[in-house]
Amino acid sequence: MAASDSDSDLVARCRAGDDSAWQALVERYSRYVHAIAVQAFRLPPDDAEDVFQEVFLRVYEHLGTLRSDEALRPWVAQLTRRCCVDRLRADRREHPEGDAIEVEDADDAISRLDEAFTVRLALEQLSPDCQEVLDRFFCRDQSYRTIGEELALPPGTIASRISRCLGKLRERLEGRNPAPAASSERVSR
Amino acid sequence: MTMTEEERIAELLALLPPAPEGWVRAAQQLPRARAGLDGLVARAEADAAFRRTLLADLESALQATGVEPRRAVVDELRRRLSE
Repeated sequence: MAASDSDSDLVARCRAGDDSAWQALVERYSRYVHAIAVQAFRLPPDDAEDVFQEVFLRVYEHLGTLRSDEALRPWVAQLTRRCCVDRLRADRREHPEGDAIEVEDADDAISRLDEAFTVRLALEQLSPDCQEVLDRFFCRDQSYRTIGEELALPPGTIASRISRCLGKLRERLEGRNPAPAASSERVSR
Repeated sequence: MTMTEEERIAELLALLPPAPEGWVRAAQQLPRARAGLDGLVARAEADAAFRRTLLADLESALQATGVEPRRAVVDELRRRLSE
C-alpha cells in the first residue's frame, strides 16, 4: 500500500473496481476492526471473526452509498460497533446467564483505539525501516533478539533505531487531533 | 510519574496488533468470492439439477470455483439461493 493513498483515493479506486485498492483498504482497516471486536467488546474468537467478515462484506457492498469518501473511518467504526452490539444481543438471548458488558466501556475503548489508529496511519508515512522495526517491537511484541535475528542487526542498532523512529513518529503526529468517540448505550451479555 | 509523549505513542501502537492473517486474506478475497457467488447463483437459477447439487454441498461448490468456503461466504450463498 502506498503511504500516500488517502482513504478517499482508496474508496474511489475501489468504486472503479480496482482489486488492489480493496486489498489495501482491508489491510489498512483490519487491525482497527479486529481490535474493536476483540478488545473493546471482548468477543470470543469465533464471534470476532464473524463480525470481522461481516463488517468488510458490508463495506464492500455499500461503499457506493458512502456520502463522503473521507467518512470511511467513522463509518467503519460505527459499522463494527453495530455488528458487535448485535452479536452481543444475540448471545445474550442464547445465554442470559452470561456476564454483562457495558457498551459505554466499549465506547471508551473505541475512542482509545481511534487514537491508536491515528498513530498507525502516521506510522505508514515513515520509511519502511522505521515501520518495520516499530511494528515488530510494539505491535507484534517481538524481542530485540528476535528482531535482530530476522533483520540481521545487532541489538544496539535495533534499540537506537526504535528510539530514532519513535521520535520521527512523534514529530509527524504533532498537531494532529483524534476523531470523536462513538455514542453510548448499554447491552448485556 | 508522567508518561512522555513517546511512551504514550508506544502504548497506542501496541493497541493495534495484526489481525489473524486468514481473516485478512478472506476479506481481501471478497470481490473474487462475490464474483464466484454470482456465477453459482446464476447457474442455479438456470439449472434445477445444478441447484440441487449445489444445495447438497455448498462448501465443495465454492472450493471448485476457487473461493475459500468460510462460514460467512457459505451463509451468504445459502441466503441468496433461498431468495
